[in-house]
Formats: sequence, C-alpha cells, structure tokens
Amino acid sequence: MKIAVCIKRVADSETRVKIGPDGKSLDEAGVKFVLNPYDEFAVEEALRRKEAAGAGEIAVIALGPAAAQETIRTALAMGADRGVLLQADRVPADGLETAKALAAELKAGGWDLILFGKMAIDDYNHQVGPMVAELLGLPCVTSIGHLELAGRKGVAEREVEGGLEVVEFPLPVVLTADKGLNEPRYPALKGIMAAKKKPLEVKAATFGPGGVEVLAMLPPPARQEGRIVGEGAAAVPELIRLLREEAKVL
Amino acid sequence: MSNVLAVLEQRDGTLRKVSHEVVTGARRLADGLGGTVEALVLGAGAVRGTDALGSFGADTVVTATNPAFARYAPEGFTQAVAERAKASGFGAVVFAASATGKDLAPRVAATLGVALAADATDVAVEGGKVVVTRPIYAGKALLKVKLTTQPAVVSLRPNVFTPVERPKAGAAQAVSVDAPAGRVTVKEIKAAEAGALDVAEAPIVISGGRGLKEPANFKLLEELARAFGGKAAVGASRAVVDAGWRPHADQVGQTGKTVSPSLYIAVGISGAIQHLAGMRTSKTIVAINKDKDAPIFKVADYGIVGDLFEIVPKLAEEIRKLHG
Ligand SMILES: Cc1cc2nc3c(=O)[nH]c(=O)nc-3n(C[C@H](O)[C@H](O)[C@H](O)COP(=O)(O)OP(=O)(O)OC[C@H]3O[C@@H](n4cnc5c(N)ncnc54)[C@H](O)[C@@H]3O)c2cc1C
Ligand SMILES: Nc1ncnc2c1ncn2[C@@H]1O[C@H](COP(=O)(O)O)[C@@H](O)[C@H]1O
Repeated sequence: MKIAVCIKRVADSETRVKIGPDGKSLDEAGVKFVLNPYDEFAVEEALRRKEAAGAGEIAVIALGPAAAQETIRTALAMGADRGVLLQADRVPADGLETAKALAAELKAGGWDLILFGKMAIDDYNHQVGPMVAELLGLPCVTSIGHLELAGRKGVAEREVEGGLEVVEFPLPVVLTADKGLNEPRYPALKGIMAAKKKPLEVKAATFGPGGVEVLAMLPPPARQEGRIVGEGAAAVPELIRLLREEAKVL
Repeated sequence: MSNVLAVLEQRDGTLRKVSHEVVTGARRLADGLGGTVEALVLGAGAVRGTDALGSFGADTVVTATNPAFARYAPEGFTQAVAERAKASGFGAVVFAASATGKDLAPRVAATLGVALAADATDVAVEGGKVVVTRPIYAGKALLKVKLTTQPAVVSLRPNVFTPVERPKAGAAQAVSVDAPAGRVTVKEIKAAEAGALDVAEAPIVISGGRGLKEPANFKLLEELARAFGGKAAVGASRAVVDAGWRPHADQVGQTGKTVSPSLYIAVGISGAIQHLAGMRTSKTIVAINKDKDAPIFKVADYGIVGDLFEIVPKLAEEIRKLHG
C-alpha cells in the first residue's frame, strides 16, 4: 500500500486573529502553528491502512514555509515514513496553484491512495483535494467519514444534507477526510525520537500568479452589542416581542 | 458583457431550496457584468420547481438530462457543467457551497483551469471583475478577493443570499447530454429521519449543549423545533456530539457544520470560539444560559439568563400560540 498524504501548516484554531500591517494577511507574531486538524484524520487513516496491509509506504507532502518542516515532523512522529516540503515563502491564495504544485509532485508516485483533509482551517478553501484529483485524472471522494477498502475497490460514506451518501470507487483514488473518520493518535515519545531520523526532502515550490488577488483581510462585521432580555421564563414574552418587532424573524 | 451560469441542485427530481439562493447570487453578478443568467440543473428527467426560477432572476433554465444524473455523479456532473461553461463563454459560474457544491465546484474550476472562491458571503462586480467576500480563520476574519481568471467560479454559503423575487419569466429548455457514468458512483443515500431538515439549510436552528444534562432532554428542543412548524432543525455543540448524545451531522462549529439561519437559538451552550465559528453569521442569535458570563452572550442579539428547563418549554408554548 503506497499512500501519500498532503498536509498543511495552519494557525491553531484558538488563535486570536490580528490583521497584519499590509491589511491583507494574518499578523503571525505570537501565533501557534499546528498540523491542520483534518489532515490529522488523513494521516491517521494512512497509518491504519498501512498497518492493515502489513506493508507499504506513507509519504507526507506539505507546501509552505521552512517552518512547515515542523508540521511534517509531527506527521512523521505519528508514524509516516518520509516527508517532502515544497518550500515557498507564502502559500498561494489560489487553491488551484497549490493543487498544481502538489499534483506535479504526486504525479509519478504510483500511489494507491492520496489523502487530504476536507479543508484547511485557515483558508477554508475546501478545494485542494478534488482539484488535485482532476489534475491527475484520478477518481475522488470528498469529506468522507467512513472508509472500507477491499482489494482494489472501496466504499466510503460522506455526509450530505439530510443523509449519508454511500459511494463506491476503484483504487487508486483521492480521498478527503472529514471528522469522524477515525481518532488520530498522539505521537509517542518514541515516535518523536524516530521522526528526527526520518528522511525529509526540501524542494523549491514553483507556482504561477493564480487567479485570486487578495484585496483585503477584514475583521468580521461587528455584531451589534447584544442585550440580556431578562431572567428566567418570565422573559420569554419580551423575547418573542423583540424577535417579531425588532429582529422581524418570526 | 458576460453571462452567468447558475448551477442548481435537485434531489429526487425536485429542485432544492438552495437553488433559489444560487440564482439570486448569480443575478447580482449578471447585473454587475451586464449579462444574463442561465440556470442549469442536472437530472434524470424533468425537474420539479424549475418553472419558478424566472421569478428569482433566471433568464433561461436548462435542464441537462442523463439517466446517470438521478443522483449526484461527480465525474459526469463535472464534465457536463464544465462543457456548458466552456461552450457559452460565461463570465462567472455560481454554485451553492452545499455538500454537493463543495465537491463539484473545485472539480469544475480545475477542469477549466481557473480559480474558485468558495463559501462566499458576499459577491459584487468591481471594475468588471468578480469580487468575493468569504470568511476565513473560522469566521474570525473576512477575505475580500478579486477573481482574475475567467470564468470566475464562486460557491455561495447557504442561507446568506436571501432569494429576491422579480417578476419575469425565464425560458425553459431541456437538453440531453452525454456524460460518462464515471468511476465513482453513489450507491445509496441513507436518509436521515424523514422530513428532518438539515441544520446547514434550515431557516431556524435550535442547538443544544452540555447544559441539556442528558440526551433524552433534547426532546425539549425537538418540541420547540416542531412549534416552528417544520422550519427549524435541531443542532448540537461538539461536547454533546463527542458524548454520543447527538449525531455528528448535527454538530455546529469549526469541526461541524457552518450555519447561517435567520434565527439561531443556543441552549445550554457556553459559546466556545469553535462553536461560534459555525454560527456567527446567523442573522439573529438568541442565547439561553444560566451563566450570565457565558461567552455566548457576547455574540447573541438577545439573551435570557436562567434555567433552560423552565425557559425552553415556555418558549415552545409561546411560539405555538403565535402559530396557533
Ligand atoms: C480543534 C477543536 C475543534 C472544535 N470544534 C467544535 C465544534 O465544531 N463545535 C463545537 O460546538 N465545539 C467545538 N469544539 C469544542 C469547544 O471548544 C467546546 O468545548 C464546546 O463547544 C463546549 O460545548 P458546550 O457549550 O455544549 O459545553 P460547555 O462548555 O460545558 O457549556 C455548557 C453550558 O451550559 C450552561 N448550562 C448548564 N446547565 C444549564 C441550565 N440548566 N440552563 C441553562 N444553561 C445551562 C452552562 O452555563 C454552560 O455555559 C472544538 C474544540 C477544539 C479544540
Ligand atoms: N499548502 C498545502 N500543502 C499541503 N497540503 C495542502 C496545502 N493546502 C491544502 N492542502 C491539502 O488540501 C486540503 C484542503 O485544503 P483547502 O482546499 O485549502 O481547504 C488540506 O486539508 C490539505 O490536505
């Protein structure tokens, strides 16, 4: 089983977002960076598939700044075998440019599975996985919460509005992981030590200008200061009045 | 001048409600670009509800039929939409950022070799280019971007683009298309409870958290939802999903669904930042919590401090009276 997992270094979800001086990007001072949580599900799934197959190789690939080596080491500490960093000062704003760079790296790999997170929790782009699949001409199932593989075929489940889609596909395939797929393991001390010795190849990433020009990063629209209507069940009639007359939602 | 393609969704041969929002967003772009809106729906046969699309701003409605299109077929849909988009040289292609749209839009964009701005909460045309505003960092910031490749591919966050009716009939047209069956096939859709609305799409969402104390108490929220007469869905915080009280499909937040209903009622939810990530773009937020310092009150438009076990039944009673 040859498995590639694309992983992204992202600002932790607890981060207080401060807009940088350019007005277009995050002020990274004091920000903690982590392995994208959805990519943890992808790494975990790769480990389980390799363990079940009894043999294989797991490569993790990240496009990002030099500091993304740490993110790769985290995945190696979980148990991946080797890492590739496509190094760039910044991650392109256009997801298709990221997808092209990753696809070029993945192209000749002969992978059985190529795994992604369903989305990165920084840009919420929700697109790089299925774009890579299109670029490589591979079948793809996105946002999977359950996976079964038997031989060269698989069945996955994905949440859709009001239900679960049960999807069949052949291998090789591109899959993107949703929460619920598995419970990612924490790297053990032994894994952390071993990760330091695992191969990590660094290459320069190349990408074009892309089709997304960032005009501005803005704070979310301030919600009008809310108000406490009252205490206990006695406040309900006043709430109803406000919802009807002021908010006009009833 | 350039025209806009609105890619709609159907389920079991009926147009899905989110399609009206897609046409509304597409209309806004078409007005800015000085073009028309073509609404495209893919199905196995005629799709119910397409006749009303003109009144939301569609100039033409195209139903692309193929026996393989009864259900979403990723590869066939991608090819059909991309070919339609290419053939007519559209200036923009608009999807819903629904489960299907999140899967389909990136494939179509990659096939066309153009950028996608996903999950937009606002769209406009500035200097002849499509400009999109979209939440990033779990809603803690907005990114305003200009799409410079053509067509501009955009997906719209559900429930944000309020359908605007305009009295004008669109011309319907049915086209049958050839599409490969595709390697990936949807075998089955395991439906959730019959009639249950999905939290991501319901106009009213009532979510419960650990304050509900035990799973059985969610019946209080279900009763409140029923009082709204089929317009409300019941959501949940991660704490209660992780505890196994509610299915993951109902989870609202960073690792769950993003919802933007017109009314969101948070019951016994503290308001952790990851929960807010999923609901802060709701139009009106109500919080019911016994702790007056709970962070949920900072984003709520209206709050009631007190015991939910007293407040929720009273609220259901008053709502029932209203709908009496
Ligand atoms: C990476 C990551 C991702 C996450 N993703 C999500 C996500 O998608 N969605 C999500 O919701 N959380 C998410 N979380 C978890 C989040 O941080 C909180 O732990 C969670 O939202 C808390 O759930 P809660 O509000 O139900 O519980 P609590 O924080 O325990 O709050 C319970 C509330 O109920 C109130 N209460 C108790 N009894 C009563 C009563 N009788 N009447 C009225 N009020 C009462 C209490 O005052 C309290 O405010 C995530 C966390 C991490 C680290
Ligand atoms: N810079 C990157 N390097 C490696 N993988 C990435 C990168 N950006 C996105 N991905 C992968 O694509 C998924 C979806 O990301 P996105 O489309 O940005 O929301 C992520 O969960 C990762 O698996």
